[in-house]
Amino acid sequence: SLNYVVFPPTEKERHLRANDRELNLSYKYADNAIKTSKYNIFTFLPLNLFEQFQRLANAYFLFLLCLQSIPEVSSLPWYTTVVPLVLVLSMTMAKDSSDDMNRHRCDKQVNNRKVEILIGGELQSEKWMDVQVGDIIKLENNQFVTVRMEVIKVSAEGDKVKGETNLKVKQALTVTGKLEDSIEKLANFNGEVRCEPPNNRLDKFTGTLTLNGETYSLDNERILLRGCTLRNTQWCFGLVVFGGPDTKLMQNCGRTTFKRTSIDRLMNVLVLNIFGFLMIMCLILAIGNGIWEYQEGSKFAAFLPKGVNAPFSAFLTFWSYVIILNTVVPISLYISVEIIRLGNSFYINWDRKMYYPKSDTPAEARTTTLNEELGQIKYIFSDKTGTLTQNIMTFNKCSINGKSYGELLDFSGQRVEINEKTEKVDFSWNNLADPKFCFHDNSLVEEVREGNPEVQAFFRLLALCHTVMPEEKKEGELYYQAQSPDEGALVTAARNFGFVFRSRTPERITVVEMGELVTYELLAVLDFNNVRKRMSVIVRSPEGKLTLYCKGADTIIFERLNPSCSNLTEVTTEHLNEFAGEGLRTLALAYKDIDPEYMEDWKLRHHEANTAMDEREEKLDALYEEIEKGLQLLGSTAVEDKLQDGVPQTIEQLSKADIKIWVLTGDKQETAENIGYSCNMLRDEMNEVFIVSANTAEEVRKELQTARRKMTPDGTEEPTVKKSRSGLFCLLKTETVADEPVNGEYAMVINGHSLAFALEKDMEMELLRTACMCQTVICCRVTPLQKAQVVELVKKYKQAVTLAVGDGANDVSMIKAAHIGVGISGQEGMQAVLSSDYSFAQFRYLQRLLLVHGRWSYLRMCKFLRYFFYKNFTFTFVHFWYGFFCGFSAQTVYDEWFITLYNLVYTALPVLSLSLLDQDVNDWWSFQYPQLYTPGQLNQYFSKRAFVYTVLHSGYSSLVLFFIPWAAMYDTVRDDGKEIVDYQSFALLAQTCLLIAVSIQLGLDTHYWTAVNQFFLWGSLSVYFAVIFTMYSNGMFLTLISSFPFIGTARNSLNQPNVWLTMLLTSILCVLPVVAYRFLRILLWPTINDKVRGRGSTHLSLVRQDKVLPPAPRRVQARRTSTRRSGYAFSHAQGYGDLVTSGKFLRRTPKSRPALFSQTDSPLAQTQPQSYRTISEWEEPPLSP
Amino acid sequence: MAPSYNAKEEDGHQPGATGHGGAGTMTNKKPDNTAFKQQRLPAWQPILTAGTVLPAFFVIGLIFIPIGFILIVYGLTLLIDYTGVDMSSPCYNCSQSYSWNNTQSCTCSVHFSLDQPFESNVFMYYGLSNFYQNHRRYVKSRDDSQLNGDKTSLQYHICTLNRCSKECEPYRSSDKPIAPCGAIANSLFNDTLELYYIDPNGSRTAIPLVKKGIAWWTDKHVKFRNPSGNNNLTVVFQGTSKPVNWRKPVFELDPLDSDNNGFINEDFIVWMRTAALPTFRKLYCIIQKKPNNMTPTLPRGEYILEVTYNYPVRSFDGRKRMILSTISWMGGKNPFLGIAYITVGSVCFCLGLVLLSIHYRYGKRNNSAEISS
Repeated sequence: SLNYVVFPPTEKERHLRANDRELNLSYKYADNAIKTSKYNIFTFLPLNLFEQFQRLANAYFLFLLCLQSIPEVSSLPWYTTVVPLVLVLSMTMAKDSSDDMNRHRCDKQVNNRKVEILIGGELQSEKWMDVQVGDIIKLENNQFVTVRMEVIKVSAEGDKVKGETNLKVKQALTVTGKLEDSIEKLANFNGEVRCEPPNNRLDKFTGTLTLNGETYSLDNERILLRGCTLRNTQWCFGLVVFGGPDTKLMQNCGRTTFKRTSIDRLMNVLVLNIFGFLMIMCLILAIGNGIWEYQEGSKFAAFLPKGVNAPFSAFLTFWSYVIILNTVVPISLYISVEIIRLGNSFYINWDRKMYYPKSDTPAEARTTTLNEELGQIKYIFSDKTGTLTQNIMTFNKCSINGKSYGELLDFSGQRVEINEKTEKVDFSWNNLADPKFCFHDNSLVEEVREGNPEVQAFFRLLALCHTVMPEEKKEGELYYQAQSPDEGALVTAARNFGFVFRSRTPERITVVEMGELVTYELLAVLDFNNVRKRMSVIVRSPEGKLTLYCKGADTIIFERLNPSCSNLTEVTTEHLNEFAGEGLRTLALAYKDIDPEYMEDWKLRHHEANTAMDEREEKLDALYEEIEKGLQLLGSTAVEDKLQDGVPQTIEQLSKADIKIWVLTGDKQETAENIGYSCNMLRDEMNEVFIVSANTAEEVRKELQTARRKMTPDGTEEPTVKKSRSGLFCLLKTETVADEPVNGEYAMVINGHSLAFALEKDMEMELLRTACMCQTVICCRVTPLQKAQVVELVKKYKQAVTLAVGDGANDVSMIKAAHIGVGISGQEGMQAVLSSDYSFAQFRYLQRLLLVHGRWSYLRMCKFLRYFFYKNFTFTFVHFWYGFFCGFSAQTVYDEWFITLYNLVYTALPVLSLSLLDQDVNDWWSFQYPQLYTPGQLNQYFSKRAFVYTVLHSGYSSLVLFFIPWAAMYDTVRDDGKEIVDYQSFALLAQTCLLIAVSIQLGLDTHYWTAVNQFFLWGSLSVYFAVIFTMYSNGMFLTLISSFPFIGTARNSLNQPNVWLTMLLTSILCVLPVVAYRFLRILLWPTINDKVRGRGSTHLSLVRQDKVLPPAPRRVQARRTSTRRSGYAFSHAQGYGDLVTSGKFLRRTPKSRPALFSQTDSPLAQTQPQSYRTISEWEEPPLSP
Repeated sequence: MAPSYNAKEEDGHQPGATGHGGAGTMTNKKPDNTAFKQQRLPAWQPILTAGTVLPAFFVIGLIFIPIGFILIVYGLTLLIDYTGVDMSSPCYNCSQSYSWNNTQSCTCSVHFSLDQPFESNVFMYYGLSNFYQNHRRYVKSRDDSQLNGDKTSLQYHICTLNRCSKECEPYRSSDKPIAPCGAIANSLFNDTLELYYIDPNGSRTAIPLVKKGIAWWTDKHVKFRNPSGNNNLTVVFQGTSKPVNWRKPVFELDPLDSDNNGFINEDFIVWMRTAALPTFRKLYCIIQKKPNNMTPTLPRGEYILEVTYNYPVRSFDGRKRMILSTISWMGGKNPFLGIAYITVGSVCFCLGLVLLSIHYRYGKRNNSAEISS
């Protein structure tokens, strides 16, 4: 397994030589074979057993087994322990072996993949596992989906590699690039590489390449990481630097923390307490035995087989009672818990309502041990892009020359809701149009086709001013590679409206304008950056007219407009506000005609600046600033960052369930805010939305404090911290910050820069307090590490259960940090899913996962634990009471077979069916009343308190179950005068009473009686009677005399009316107080569950027919009249400007490459106007065990 | 109430659902639409409402009280403690001997009178108290195979080779294997009880005591068997020794009746069925109803209980009793069950009334209450 990979500690630097296997092998670097499996055929049994006995419970039972082999101590025959132990061990073994078989299969598949390696001067097809460090291998476009090792690019034809989230440009060193694809040259390549030892930093690499005495530096630009996909590149040759477990990906994945649920931890604490309790019980009984032996036993000695002295007898009795009373912590508890979790995980996998047909993705519970925690979530940390949003940008609206397009109005001028059925604009007149693009306002097309100059200029700008790369594999089949999806959306819009961006060279842009091929000369690209917030191009039209086209953030553009546009600006601003109010991402567009002479001069200066050695950036900025002035406004665009379906509803439901949702996104503040508004997390009616974005620690602190004081003017300055200890042996110190009351609704937006300060040790408390008072918290521009830190912070001080949901590689840290990680199996590769505990395709399934599955799982687990402890305590306490009547001699009160089978056979299935099938209210009501979720957050169903109640309850039951039969049978006889108070009959009576009583209790706890429950309950009781009649039969006795001494007991006892009357009496007495108490509780202090249940029963018909109910309306976008200006639609990365002009990218591709989407009819492709992002497929085996 | 987003479009029954109709899609991972997998199994969801709980309480109350009265009425019992603790007790002298192996048997007579005649069959028990027949070391000190007639456990050389059960230790063997072995057998109750009716004219009439039919049928016929092979038990048990505390070997338990001798002696079987509690009674014999006579089995009057006092119980503060009892259809008289039924029935009924009043007072308020959000 990965966890056991140990690196040679001596490796300080890696040294290797290309094409020199001998030398490289001498360093003994890890090869490329992957081994995630744990066992092989021979090691399986010993290793697995060794592992299993490391578990406390199993070890404990082994210890019991040892105790039982001592005849003086043994109070139970060996099989009472061996049978359950063997059962448990073999079940676990079966599971482990099937898991390991899967891993073996995956390993084999990966290791046997083919790759072309350069060996002995020619390319040979070899298996992945045979790749050695220092080999030169050939990768091809899309063909090798995963790069299995890190490669220093030696030579490459194209330059782009698709990483996990976005395309990254990787270029070979010039010196190695010259090798091209000549096998001969490559085979003679003998460069030596020195580089850093294996580590897990994905974004850094340092090393040097020495070739012919010259040393070249190698950085991250030159390295291909395992796990990425080669895109837009016909082939590339690479030198293997790290193999297998040394690769950065494996180094990152190796550390998988084992997650446990709070119930798990509570259970451990309880089990420990139970052990203590067990010891106390045994001690009491042992002392009792000592006294008895001293007072009575010595006198009674004539009748008893050899006695020992009282203290020693007490000592032996102590251990005997440890054996007998061990049922308080039965081994079957753990196995049952596992089964229940597994079952509830299967329900998640099976749920059709969490299945996404468009991508054929069912929900998947990747971890089967965390289910009940899904019902206790208090905080959700969500990524934005790809999680809340689809990461699909659609050109939605625009405003051109003061006229707004994109709305549909009916005859009376009312807005028409646009949905899937709304008729789309017909673009068939344009044979280059993207068929997936849809637009609903016909007037815009009419304007374009009529030749409206402003509208045409608008789209011309969109077709020219960008850094998109076109690709045309077949005539007329255009694909755009855009650096940001917004840009792609805009260029695609222009394409459909008749201004098709066809191709580009560093000097030229070819556009098909309304069917006419026009080539523009590209004079300059004034690229985008974060400060400028705009980009421009300067082009010369075929007529020789020089024009600057500019698009950018409205505020920036408006500052640079020609004063003559002021009227237009006003109207456009209005439109912009409208667009922004709908949560659209807007851009303003402007142009300017340029005087050719001025241009000559400017170009000269531009060239100077470009080649300047110092202050190049500043000089260029000044030049750009100079020319982007006096612009003419054309209009504005509005791009929709499409939310996933049902996101606002889900968020509303979850917040009704008192779950706090924090958005942690790498996006810009404006974008994040926008999404916050469009999914109803931020609302205009909120009292205030605090924005924390400061540059120094002090300012951040001040802003946080101000916000807090505003929310609670009379709150305390110091946080109320409750310190407590928890965990096993109370070793864990925990600090819990109490929730503080807030009047009104507030929200906080904090950016990554401020967050960095706020997460410092001295300020984290301030951040936590302020953030937790807010309804909504949005953190933007955060790094993956910060995401995890925020999660850790809340985990640390709130002692609440957290859930992180995300879809990208940058969410992995957060997913791993949170109690529960949910991966959205979206378009962004699979890394998030692979490290997640649950995965599904749509954010909205989260509400079903939590409100239905989580709630049920929690409820079931708690019911199970309460009932399980009840039944076992009751079982055990009866022994305790009997101790007082048998001279504390550790005599069992039940038949030994009953003790063996009680947990495994008689009560196993009914309680399993309870804990797999029970629902207090069905899913429909769970959605209707999200507040049903809150008991889980407050740990109400199973806590130490509930446990104490359970213990008291079983104490009462055991008193009834022992003393009623005792009193009823005392000095009584059968109806034919024969004996009935003999040990065997009494044991039979006691165990039957117990079984009936716990079965009835189970019935009381069951809220949802299915046929399965009935079958198991009645079945188990019948099995019990069948078993006792069989075991107590003549045949069994005569076969194995010493094992079945209870012959005839069932026949002789169960035909007695007073035996049955005693059973009836004990059952009624056990149940009566419970029924009365529950009835009173429902009557006087009904919980929300009781109310909903009461209601559900009266509307039972309604509940089953949820299909009759009107379907939930689709998202209705609340129109806001906010003056808030929307965000600027570029993503925050630097543009492709350099690449566009450098020409490197633009070599023609001779071969046609396969489509980005092999399934052209895939729903993804249908909803996407154009794909700018490629799907990286992850074909690695699951890396974490 | 905002409508929940029910993800309807994903939920089944839409054959034309987009996405997986394409020819390129080979596998459809859509989960099966079965009631079990979708957790929609039809179910009965009972709720504790006033309509179900209150009638249940009343019904239980009304059923339990009459049962209680039936249980309490029946049964007649007479109990005589003949341990001889008091100086005045006729068995005082006998009880002073603590030893098992008195060769001389001590007898004593206890006078008692019946105020009521005992009709039909009367059962005579001996009762012991403070006797821990349920002690773990005691309970397991037996060898069921031996008692079932397994010859190997009777043979010396096999038992010394540790082939047979160790549970009997230290009553396994002395110089020869002990039959029957173990502490239970060793401590067999060996008092003899005889009952005489004293006529008003002063003459004693012995009352016939039937010593057979006192053990469970299964015990007598299945669990306990004499070693087979020879009808002469003396031969069968040759080479075994009697338990230490016994005065006669096992094949002389009832020399007159071969069907009641050896391991299948019913007194022995009854004793071997160890009691669950330290105070217990065991059936000693049955006084059968006279078949044709109209007189009661035991008429009112004076009786003498003749005890051959062998069994020492004073050492551990034990008590010995002789109990005469008649049996109803319910078994022997035990007042507890009857009282318990009456008590539980009344409590149930009262509880029902209390709950009913609470329900009337508060129930309406809650029923109309809306579910607050």
